[in-house]
Amino acid sequence: MQRPKRKNPVLRTRLPTLPPAARSRVALGLTAAAALGRFELQQCRECGTVQYPPREACQKCLSVRLDWKPQPPGGELIAQTVLHHSNDLFFRERLPWRLGLVKLDCGPMVVAHLHAAAKGKVLARAMLDRAGQAVIVALPEKENGDMADDRQLREFTCDPRHRKILVADGKTAVGQALVQGFAKSGAEIIWVGYAEPWKKFAGFDELEKIPQVTLVPLDVTDSKNVKELAAEIAGKVDIVVNNAEHHRTFGISNRQGVETARAEMDVNYLGLLRLAQEFGPAMRSRGADGAASAVAWVNLLSVYALANFPPHGTFSASKAAAHSLAQCLRAEMRPAGVRVVNVFPGPIDDEWNQLLPPPKIAPAALAKSIVAALREGIEDVYPGDVAQEWLERWRDNPKALEREISA
Amino acid sequence: MNVLSQLVEAFSSGKIRVVDLTQTLAPEFPSISLPPEMGQAWPFRIEEVSRYDERGPAWYWNNFSCGEHTGTHFDAPIHWISGKDLPHNATDSIPPDRFIGPGCVIDCTNEAAANPDFLLTKPFLLEWEKKHGRIPPRAWVLMRTDWSKREDPVAYQNYDDEGQHTPGPDVDAVKFLVAERDVLGFGTESIGTDAGQAYHLRPPYPCHYYMHGAGRYGLQCLTNLDQLPPTGAVVIAAPLKIRNGSGSPLRVLALIHD
Repeated sequence: MQRPKRKNPVLRTRLPTLPPAARSRVALGLTAAAALGRFELQQCRECGTVQYPPREACQKCLSVRLDWKPQPPGGELIAQTVLHHSNDLFFRERLPWRLGLVKLDCGPMVVAHLHAAAKGKVLARAMLDRAGQAVIVALPEKENGDMADDRQLREFTCDPRHRKILVADGKTAVGQALVQGFAKSGAEIIWVGYAEPWKKFAGFDELEKIPQVTLVPLDVTDSKNVKELAAEIAGKVDIVVNNAEHHRTFGISNRQGVETARAEMDVNYLGLLRLAQEFGPAMRSRGADGAASAVAWVNLLSVYALANFPPHGTFSASKAAAHSLAQCLRAEMRPAGVRVVNVFPGPIDDEWNQLLPPPKIAPAALAKSIVAALREGIEDVYPGDVAQEWLERWRDNPKALEREISA
Repeated sequence: MNVLSQLVEAFSSGKIRVVDLTQTLAPEFPSISLPPEMGQAWPFRIEEVSRYDERGPAWYWNNFSCGEHTGTHFDAPIHWISGKDLPHNATDSIPPDRFIGPGCVIDCTNEAAANPDFLLTKPFLLEWEKKHGRIPPRAWVLMRTDWSKREDPVAYQNYDDEGQHTPGPDVDAVKFLVAERDVLGFGTESIGTDAGQAYHLRPPYPCHYYMHGAGRYGLQCLTNLDQLPPTGAVVIAAPLKIRNGSGSPLRVLALIHD
């Protein structure tokens, strides 16, 4: 993919449109799996039939005992067509659009959006579209180098390539690994925030050497600072990565007063609110701004947002608050097609988790998961083994997880 | 005419000029840095309540928040452990006549420019007295370094791998000012009344330790000390009346006779 032409700043920016978003409650099962990057279809517990589209009962035996189960993604493209006309506003603006019928190895025949290189044997993937709903996309069976650049595929992903990105905190190892990851992925501009500019931090010089990087003072606890930075760059940012985090290791009874908890809330919760209020509106206006439009908002949360880890109790609470607010942000960004990606790592291998035993996710591995999630269009990211295990336990029985974590 | 009416007369005729020694309270102004595991003072922050809009149609106002030790601020004796049990040691209990006193400005500009870790010594003070006369009792001794002219926060804070490098008084100078000159307090242009490396002095932070231990006060983050004469200014420094407060941001004014 060529670098998109620079925007002519006097031309009108088209308003975002969305593909059809209505789904039944049953059909949201596909969305729930796609949000995690999983390909799951309904499977009948009685007769084993896999079916699509989702229904209330098994199309073969009429049983209502249907489970969403991971399915092998293989299939064959047996028919294809190119839309040259559509009355749907979203597709109308993106014509021509290639669609096909894929016979899945697991049984059902599905209508899929086609990658330009998809033919013969294909891999089906459930992906979230700009409306946040799952659809099936057929990809070529074999990866080729610039697969992610496909025009249709980019409507489902939030690929950092050619995009302009704000990383809120460049002082942390995670922030610095993210910047490196985005630079390698071909980001056009990376603004890197750093609070308290009078305190020099390790890694500053390395960041400055990256050609795409511009360092900008940014303290998410300072509304004026956030407003001023947004005034300068919000109209250009395609991806915001809110990785600013305040983390101390206290519960209720081993720290007097509320000052630590307040600082955590100020950064982790109100920081997100400040960024979202100042950067959200401009991003919403640029949801359909050509090949490098505003596409994503990433929040670095924590698995502790799901269940409180008492030794880091006030931190967990602040992340739970941020998680709730991120759901609000997701709803508010959805009309513009801007995806809110929430990241739920287990303990990060940083100084505030010094006393926790391994396994801890390395900052570089976490950054890699975030970049990969944007490229693959994943909305809820549980990076690494610890987070994956927590996710499974939480889905299985949230109450049991609460007891296990607080044991 | 009594003294006060003469004073008013001098103000209106311009014979007495008011110099503002206060930095503007703004979020960008650096705040005190402690190791991150310790309790932290709030930096100055401001949030708009309304600005002639749907939140309040005809009025503009803000909420602000900050620690007691933010921007140009006053240190009360109770701030330090050495002054914790003294009478009248907090912002609300200090007798208000202590908020006004003569100012002695010790010019250390050249020394601080040559060495950011410059320590003001007793011999330096005695040398100053030879030129400008003995420091009177109940005076504010203000250490002029032109540090406030460092508008870039990085230069103002002046950190390196070993911490902060800013000038301040040494142990003997502080003891001398308290015991032999009976000062009201000590003021600086940098972020502390003590030097940036004062943690390594014995005792650590001697200006805090001895000044507050003797019931004296501190002023820091002052500016415009270059506009004051070495002697003859009157300094007005009244902290907010915070109950049992350890200090407060304040407006510091100096009156000078032109």
